Amino acid sequence: MRFGRPVNPDMEVRTEVIAQFKQVAQEQDKELAPLTDDLALIDCGLDSLCFAVVVARLENSLGVDPFSTDEDVRFPVTFGDFIRFYEHAAR
Amino acid sequence: MNMQRGSLISLSNAIAAAGALSSRLDAGVEGNASWGELAAGSALDLRTDELRGSSVLLAVIDQFSAAAAMIQLDGVARRMALYPPGLSREHLAYVAETAGAGVIVTDQPLSEPGNSRDVSIAREVPITRGRAESNAETLAENSPVETEWILLTSGTTGRPKLVQHTLASLTAAIEPGHRPGRAWSTFYDIRRYGGLQIFLRSVLTGTPLVLKSAQQSVAEFLTRAGELGVTHILGTPSHWRRALMSPAANSIAPQYVRLSGEIADQAILNNLRRQYPRATIAHAFASTEAGVAFVVEDGLMGLPADSLMHTPGVEMKVEAGTLRVRSNRTATRYLGDDGPPLKDAEGFVDTGDAIELRDGRYYFAGRRDGIINVGGLKVHPEEVEAVINRHPQVSMSLVRSRKSPITGAIVVADVVLKAPPSTDNGSTPALQRDILQFCRAELALHKVPAAINFVPILAVSDSGKMVRSHA
Repeated sequence: MRFGRPVNPDMEVRTEVIAQFKQVAQEQDKELAPLTDDLALIDCGLDSLCFAVVVARLENSLGVDPFSTDEDVRFPVTFGDFIRFYEHAAR
Repeated sequence: MNMQRGSLISLSNAIAAAGALSSRLDAGVEGNASWGELAAGSALDLRTDELRGSSVLLAVIDQFSAAAAMIQLDGVARRMALYPPGLSREHLAYVAETAGAGVIVTDQPLSEPGNSRDVSIAREVPITRGRAESNAETLAENSPVETEWILLTSGTTGRPKLVQHTLASLTAAIEPGHRPGRAWSTFYDIRRYGGLQIFLRSVLTGTPLVLKSAQQSVAEFLTRAGELGVTHILGTPSHWRRALMSPAANSIAPQYVRLSGEIADQAILNNLRRQYPRATIAHAFASTEAGVAFVVEDGLMGLPADSLMHTPGVEMKVEAGTLRVRSNRTATRYLGDDGPPLKDAEGFVDTGDAIELRDGRYYFAGRRDGIINVGGLKVHPEEVEAVINRHPQVSMSLVRSRKSPITGAIVVADVVLKAPPSTDNGSTPALQRDILQFCRAELALHKVPAAINFVPILAVSDSGKMVRSHA
C-alpha cells in the first residue's frame, strides 16, 4: 500500500531527481545547495562525476537519458532546466 | 631567438628564446608571475643549486608552484617526476623509489596523515609560496643537463605507471615562435600529459597562460579566463560538458577550443560549435605513452581515413584492431614496470584503442584492454573487481563501462552473491549500498561503480576467464 504516492507523473520525476541529487551528494560527501528551480547547476555542489552518477541512476529509475537521445541536445543550465529536461523526456 | 627543434636545452632557455619575458602565468590566488621571473627562478622559494644532478619527485598541490618548479628544475635535475594532484599520496613511496628520487619537493609536509608510511629514502625539500632571491646566476652559470621527465599514468593494480619522456619528445608537436595576441588556458592539470602540452606550448611561445587554482570553481575560473582575454583553451569533453552547464561559459570568447584526454562525441562538438560559433573546435588524440598523434578540426567525431596516412611527423597504423603510433613524440620507456615494453621492436606504441573504419572515417570503439575512461581518468576493471570481491557476501564480479553523457563513461558492476539476496523488501538496496560503501573506502571516487547489479551468474570462458565484452 502506498499512500501519498504522487499521481502527477511530473511530480514523480521531480521527486526522483531530488532524491538522486541528495543521495549522491551524501555518498560523495558533497554539500548540496537548496534545490530551487533557478539554482545554476554548476553551483549546486555536485561535480561532474556526481552528475554522471545521477544521470546513470535516473536512467535506471525513470528509464530515460535525455542527454543521449539527440546529438543536438542543449545542456541544462539551472536545476529547473534539469527537471524539465527529464519531464519532457519522460512523457 | 634561434631555436631549432632538437636543440632545445631547457625550459628557462626556451623562455629566453621566445623573447616574450613579460607575458604572464596566472593561477588565480595560487600566484602569478611573468615568464621572465619564472625563468630567473625568482617566483618560488626553491633553491635549485643543491638539486643539480638529482632525481627529484615534484609532489606539490598547487599548479603555480608546479609550473614554477618545473621551469627551475628542468635542465638542473637529472630526473623530474611529476606527481599529479588527484593521485592518493599512499603511492608516494612507490613512485619515489621507482624514480630513484633522492629528493621530494613538496608543499605538504610528508609527515601529514595520508602520505605513504615510508618515504624516508628521500630527502624532503619544502617549498613555500612567495618570492625568492633570484636564482638566475646559478641557472646560468652551470651548463644544463638533459632532464628526464617522468609522467604518471594509471596501472592495472592501482599503482601508477611511470612513463619516461625527454623535453624533446614532450615538445615535438609544438611549433615554436611567439604569436602576439594569444592567451592559453587549460582546465586540465599541467602535470598530466594533455595539460602539460599546453603549459609547454605557452613556455615555448612566450604566450600568457591562465591556470585554474584548486580553490576556484569552474564558473570563477571561466570568468577569470574571460577577464584575462583567453583565446585558446583546452579541456576534456567532460570538462567542457560541465562548463557548458554554467552561464559563465558566456564569459569567454575563444578563437580555438581544444578537446583531448577522452574521445570527443558529436554532441559535445555540436554544443561547443553552437556556444562558440567563431572558434575552431579541435579534438586531439594523445596519450602519455604515444604522445600527440593527431588533431581533427573539421567539427566531426572520429578521424578522416587519410589523416591516418598523412599526418606530418607521425606514422600510424591499425594492427590487430588497435591504433599504433610511431613518432618523435612518443615516450622512451616505462620505469620499474615488469609488464610489456612501451614500444614494439619497430618503435610503435600500441595505444590499446580499438578503431573501426566506416565510410572513409575512423571511429574509436573502446579499449582493447577494457580500461574505462571516466572524464579523462583511467579505471582498470580488475582493480575494482578485486575490491568488490573482498566483500564478505560477494562471490564474483564483473566491472564494465557504461556510456555517460557527462563523463564519457562510468563504471558499473555486475555482482554474483554467495547466497541469493533475500527477497525481503529493502534488503537488496541495502546490500548494494553496503558494497558501494565498501568500494568508497578503498577506491578513488571515479573508480566506484555508479550502480551495482546483482546477477545470478557471470559467463566464464573455456580458459577459465570471465567473458568481457569490450566496447
